[in-house]
Parts: sequence; structure tokens; C-alpha cells
Amino acid sequence: MSINEEPTKLKPTDYASDQEVRWCPGCGDYAILNAVKKTLADKQAKKENTVFVSGIGCSSRLPYYMATYGFHTIHGRAPAFAAGIKITNPELDVWVITGDGDALSIGGNHFIHLLRKNLNCQVLLFNNEIYGLTKGQASPASRTGTISPSTPGGSLEAPISACELALSSGGTFIARGVDTAIKQLVPTLSKAQEHLGTSLVEIYQNCIVYNDDVFKSFTDKSVALEKQIHLEHGEPMLFGENNKKGLSINKDYSGLEVIDLELNEKDISRVLIHDYTNKTIANLLTQMDQNSMPVALGIIYCVEKPTLDQYYTEKLNKHKNEISNIMEKGQTWTI
Amino acid sequence: MDGNSSEIEKNNIEENWSTTVRFAGDSGDGMQLTGGRLTFEAAISGMGLATFPDYPAEIRAPAGTTFGVSSFQVRFGEGLIASSGDHADILVAMNPAALKVNIKEVLPGGLLILDSSSFNDRGIKKAGYEENPMENNSLAGLQIISADISNLTIEAVKEFGLGNKDGLRCRNMWTLGLILWLFTKEISETVDWLENKFGKDSILTKANVAALNAGHTYAENSEISSDILRKVVPKSTPKKGKWRAITGAESLAFGLATGAIKSKLNMTLCSYPITPASPIMHYLANYELKGISIYQAEDEIAACCSAIGVSYAGGLGVTSSSGPGISLKTEAIGLAVSVELPLIIINSQRAGPSTGLPTRAEQSDLMQAIYGRHGEAPLVVLAPKSPSDCFEIAQKAIYISIKYMTPVMILSDAYLTNASEPWLIPDISKIKDNSVSFGEYHENYMPFERNPDTLARKWVKPGTKGMEHRIGGLEKDSISGNISYDPENHQKMTNLRAKKIQNIQKEFNKIEIIGPDKGDLLVIGWGSTNGPISEARELLTNKGYTISHSQISCLWPISDSLKVIASKFKSVIVIEMNDGQLFNLLKVDTIPNAKSLTQVSGKPFRVSHLIDEFKNIIELGN
Repeated sequence: MSINEEPTKLKPTDYASDQEVRWCPGCGDYAILNAVKKTLADKQAKKENTVFVSGIGCSSRLPYYMATYGFHTIHGRAPAFAAGIKITNPELDVWVITGDGDALSIGGNHFIHLLRKNLNCQVLLFNNEIYGLTKGQASPASRTGTISPSTPGGSLEAPISACELALSSGGTFIARGVDTAIKQLVPTLSKAQEHLGTSLVEIYQNCIVYNDDVFKSFTDKSVALEKQIHLEHGEPMLFGENNKKGLSINKDYSGLEVIDLELNEKDISRVLIHDYTNKTIANLLTQMDQNSMPVALGIIYCVEKPTLDQYYTEKLNKHKNEISNIMEKGQTWTI
Repeated sequence: MDGNSSEIEKNNIEENWSTTVRFAGDSGDGMQLTGGRLTFEAAISGMGLATFPDYPAEIRAPAGTTFGVSSFQVRFGEGLIASSGDHADILVAMNPAALKVNIKEVLPGGLLILDSSSFNDRGIKKAGYEENPMENNSLAGLQIISADISNLTIEAVKEFGLGNKDGLRCRNMWTLGLILWLFTKEISETVDWLENKFGKDSILTKANVAALNAGHTYAENSEISSDILRKVVPKSTPKKGKWRAITGAESLAFGLATGAIKSKLNMTLCSYPITPASPIMHYLANYELKGISIYQAEDEIAACCSAIGVSYAGGLGVTSSSGPGISLKTEAIGLAVSVELPLIIINSQRAGPSTGLPTRAEQSDLMQAIYGRHGEAPLVVLAPKSPSDCFEIAQKAIYISIKYMTPVMILSDAYLTNASEPWLIPDISKIKDNSVSFGEYHENYMPFERNPDTLARKWVKPGTKGMEHRIGGLEKDSISGNISYDPENHQKMTNLRAKKIQNIQKEFNKIEIIGPDKGDLLVIGWGSTNGPISEARELLTNKGYTISHSQISCLWPISDSLKVIASKFKSVIVIEMNDGQLFNLLKVDTIPNAKSLTQVSGKPFRVSHLIDEFKNIIELGN
């Protein structure tokens, strides 16, 4: 196909490269790949201006499957590559593809600094709570007690929460989605792309081989309504069948609690209205215990702050000096 | 033992006039500044010169202790001045600790300038002396000017309302005044400089000028014993043009910027603070040059990865560090080799292993530079031989990196970084353009198609329509760049990567030899050993010895011609500040009978040491 024959309207499949996808059959990554392609098609994103940068792991193979620019780098470091790319060409739309091991363990430092520096890019964190590509060891996101080849007696450590970490690192856009819930995931990705700054989207992704059904307790169709809350900015935090449940601050102000509106309809006044600029509530939403509370999905937190690329562009625009003048600055002597 | 200057023996070799002055004091005493001023005074006389700042890793260790002593050595004179001097003719010691640390560097008959007021019981004890060294004959054989510099300075600046503490800060200017008198120099240049620095009417200017004047007058009024001779600095006539002093770090910064400008690329130096490499980042940050920026990354690894990201996006990525940081960058450098992108890596080598001696020079990262990555991951390794040469090497590195789509590592060291020498400011407009041609749209683009001459793949930056492609660290098909696990393809790619680098030999068409191209002895060195080797060679040549010298700029790929060149000499010796890394590399098949002279003390070679070694080899005929 020559450059001039490119169809005017790009379909999701136009964003697919000619490479055969090599994930395990049934892997949640397929669904995410489709959501990404659909998001790009919805936006008619220019392929030449789109760059996927990844680290190492199953998720990090994604760039190979996209017909855009792609850079499969080294373990945990994709954010650092993204920084170099964006300060050189802020016009590029950069997507960092990472996993829970890649972003939260080996690349933890880059992850927090990317958020702190607020580089204008999207970070899609495929969280399957396990090391897939190295055959199933416990990851920093694994729940305590996870049995794996490296933790045959069950893991001892407490898991890290990506969104909580992102908030405390100064993240300006923090969202969550579920791999197979494309309907919710696509608009979230779309908003992430539009956000000026680092947009973190944590995507619960099922690893069918090493950690199958780990998210079943809230993603299974039979419980999804009761165990998920889809946040909408400006809307009350309602969930459950017929939206008969709501979230409110608990009595001792230490966290959130579920209010059953079927017991008392008047309690609707206590239900929180989602304001995604409220960091305190965002924190509480990321801290909810999955056993007793629903899982918060959608955009949890979103504020505007200057971006690193902005700062760089402005700074560089102010650089006007010529090298020959600088060389002659200071003390010179003529012979 | 407190160190004894009589250990030092002079070589019985006639030298051109040169003198070495060492300033030593507490880190806060302003010794680097005072040394810098004397350097400038020597420079405007047209002298050749070399400086050597020597400072501890601690920023402000407790005052008066030996581990807090910072010093600055400057050597200037006629003829070839390529090293900062084996020993000092003059030592300025602002306190007993400075004397104790540096006395062993002073030549017999040398001159000591001491602040007598600091030689009180407290100061003497703090320095770890049992008794006052000025009173126990331990300084016998040396000339001494002992003045109450502290009180004389306070007295001189009193009228400007400076208290004792601020007044004492002018001690270095008082001392400089005295030194300038010793070298028959007036103070006017320094007065101009102070006025420029602090403003004409500033109290600081007035106080410093008063101190400077007081030191100069003190000396003039012959309170200095008459047998201390003033040194008349002869006039020298170097090349015409505009000159300045330059350190290796500044020279690298200028060279990188010039290389980027001539390539019409935006450049970003991505770095993480580390001694002694940080000055390069500071200089570039402060220059505010068009299209040139720095990025301070969260760690060493990120710095290297960001630099690769810069190159990937179509800029010039540079990362700069020292040994510990280079170790951390290693994996990322391997990726740059694998994806074949331009990248400049600067290693300002310091003494290792581990944290080692952060402010001292060593050349012990050579093997790491050449081989220190997992897998077969060849890249180009270049070494500048002097502060001025850093400017040339940086540009050469950029030229090669872009032309061959390869990382290039520059091996500088802590000595080169801080040492300075006079530099004829180049006319930038006369430097050739080297504009990059990025890959534009064409049909059937294959990311790993190569230029048949250079074996370089095309540099296609994101944003180029119709050329979208993927690269990564997995092995790639030799043409399409798609992931390939094919054994034959891997062999082919390994060979191609090696061949591409070997090809770069032709960019250095001739190994430069100083001296005849055959004879008794060929001395091979690399990097900052150039100074002492050159001087030793020149002194011995003047005495009738036949010595040739080659300072290797390109350490990888090693030129095939070196083998032929070396075969024409009876003996070959490899000089380096490590345990013999280049020697080991060369003896495998290039120069099997080479000898090795090494030193791993964190200090540069002494010229006298090299002279002895070279004479021995020639006279013993082996």
C-alpha cells in the first residue's frame, strides 16, 4: 500500500501491524489490544504521530502488534524512554505499556518520577498480579499468600496499590478499568489520551495461565454489578442492581462505607458526588478493601498541572545563545 | 613521619624554564580561585600551562584537618607544558594541615609560603603534628616565607567594616598579591577582574583589592629575606588568536554542542549527578544554547534510557557519568547497540572499584567500555588526550555515532575533567557541516536495511508518515527488523554488528606517531597520560634518545595497522593508569612482546618516573 492510498477513515484493524499476536489464547491482553485500537480509531489518531513504548513482560509485547511507531525497550524503563521522546518531540502521542512487575517492581523508581514530572503521555498498566513471561512468580501486586514457584508456601508481603502509589507520587490522572469491559475501557483510554499530563490507567488483566480468575470476585458477571462502581465525574457514587447502593464517608471519617438505599432511601443525601479533583476522596477510593467494598473503576482522579514537555519546550525556546559567543565569554586574551 | 622532601631526586636533565606552584588550604580558603588567577596571569604572558585541582570528596570537612585540605597546582613555562608538574617549586599552605598533606610534593630548595598565625597549638594538633614543624628543623633545606597573613589581612580590610570572619576570607587575595610580586607581576589585571566580578563600588571589591595590595606591598617592602629570588616570567609566543583557559569538562561541553549544531540536531544531555562528571551537565545547563538542553533524570539508568529516547525521537541523546553510573547504564547501552541508534556516553573515569576515590583519576574502565555488556555488543570507544582534545573527540564521537548509527563511549577521567590548559578559541564557522539526513518516506521500507558502505541502518524518526515501524531489544530479522529467533539470522546479525564497528577503523586513517616510525622504543598511551608521556619523550629526545610516542584516540575498534607500526620498534611499552587493561588487549595478537607500565594510585604519572623507565628500557636494550 502506498502512502497516498491510505483510507481516509481508519478502522481499528488499520492500527494492527502485520505481526501475528503471540499471547496465550484467552489472555486478557487481547481485549486490551482491541480497546487500544478502537480508541485510536475513534480519534482517527495519526499512526505516524503515535508511539507505543514498552518495557519487558507479556504486556510489553503490545507495540509489535500496532501499525504505529513502537519501541520495545528494557525491563521497567519505558517511562524513561518516553521522557526522552517527549522532550525531543512533544507533538508525538506516547503510550507507555507496562505491567505490574515492570512498573511497580523493577521500574518503580521511573514510575513514580514519571508521575511526579507529569510527562504528557498515557501509561497503561496491565495488572495481572503475577509475573507471566517468567512463568508465574509472585509480583509486588500479588496478594499476600499467593502460591507461586518462588513462593511455594504463599507470599508473605503485602501487595502494592498502583493507583495509591500514583496518587502519592503526584499523578494528575488516575483511572482503572477491566480488560474485558471494553465498553468502559475505551472511553477511559480516550480521556486518558486527552489529558495533559501523565495519565495512568490500571487495567485488571486476567492471566489465564498463571493467575486465572484472580479478579473473579469482582469481574465475574454474576457479581459485577454489586462489586464494581463505575465513577462518573459530577455524578453520585451509586452502584449495585438498580443503583440501590451508594458510597459515603463512614462515621469515624476513616474511609468509605457502603450505604444500602433499599433500607433507607433518604440516605441518598449522604452519597458522595464524584469530584475527580478531590484527592482525599480519590485516596479513599483507591484504598477500598475488595472483600467488603466494590472496586472503583473509571477516572478516580484528574487535575491539571504543568507538564514536563511544556516546561521543556518553554525552556528550550528561551535558549538563544550562540556557541561562539559562549566560548568567548569570561576571561580571554589575544596574542 | 611527616613526609620528607629530600626523598625527591631531580633528574639530571636540562629543562626549559617552568615553575609549579601549589596552593593548599581548607576547602573554604579559596585556593582554587587563587590558583585560577595565577593561571590567568601566566596565560596572558603567553606561557604554556597546565593545572591540576586536587580536592577531597568531602565538601567541607572540618577546618584545619588533613582530610579537609584542598589544593590547586599550576605549572607554567616555556616549551611543552603538557603535565601539571611532578613536584611543586612553591607551596602556599594556609594552615598546618595543608603543609602536612603537601610537603612531600615540594622540591628540595623549594619555597614555602605559610600563614604563621595558623601555626598555633590548636592548628598544629589538629593537623596531627607532634610539634610545630616550623620550629623542629623538619623543613630544613626549604626556603620559607612565614607571615602573619591572617592578621595582616584583617588589618588591611578593617576600614571597610568587615568583621574578622569576613575579613579572613580575603586571605587568599593577600597571598595572591605576594605571589604576583614573586613573579614580577602587577596587580592591575586582578583588580579589573575583581571589579568585574563584584562591581566597581562593592565593598567586597574594595576589601579584596586592599588585601591584594597589602600582600603585594608586603613583599615589595623587602620584609622577605633577600636570598629568595623573584622569578621573572619570560615572554613566550604561541599561535596568534584569541585564547582562553579550558578544562576537559568545558571542552567536552563545547565539543558536544558544536557537534550537535553542525549536525543540525537538537541535543539533550541526560544525566544524574555524580562526581566528577557533573560539571559537563552544569556547563551545558548554563550555556542556554539554541537547541541544546539538559535533562536531570531520576537515576543513572533513566538518564541513559532518556538519552536513547531522545535519539529515537530524532534528537541527539547524550548521557554522562562516571564508573558507578556507567555500570548502571550498561543494560540500556546494550539496547542502543541492538536497535542501532546514535548515543554518546561519556565516562569521566574515577578510581574504583565501587565508590573508590570519587575525585581521583584512573583509567580502569577500559575493559568495561569495550566488553562490559551482556551479549556480543560492540560499540566505539574514544579517549581524549588533553582538555583541548576533548573538544575534537566529542565532535568526532557525534560524527561517528550518527554516520554509523551506533553508541560511542568517550573515556575521559577525573584529571582531564578538572585540569585546564590554554585553548585557542576555534572559529566555529570553519568547522564542516555534518547535517543528518533522516529517512523519508519510501515504499517497502525495511528498518534494518543497511547502507552498503557504512552498514548503518536508516534513522527514521517517529512522525514520518508511512514509515511506521517497531524496534526493540529482541533479536531482529536482518532486513525487516521483525522479531526473529532464527539461528542463522542471529549469527548474521552478530557478525553485522561487529563488522559495522570494525569498519569504523577507516575513520581514523593513520595512527599518529610523535617521533621516528622505527627505533628503540615506542611508547603507547591513551587518555590523560598524554601529558607526562609527551614531556618525558621530549626531554629524553633532547638528550639524544630515540623514542616514539603514540597516544591512541580510538580504543575500539583497535586499528589493524598498530601491529605493523609496533613491529618496527625494538621495544614497546604501554602506559596506563590501571592494572594493564590496554596492554592485555594488545598482547593477545597485536603486540605480543609489549611491556606494561601501570599506576593505580589515583594520581597522574610523574614525568620523572616515566623518564627513568624509558631510559632503563633503552639502555638495557630490552
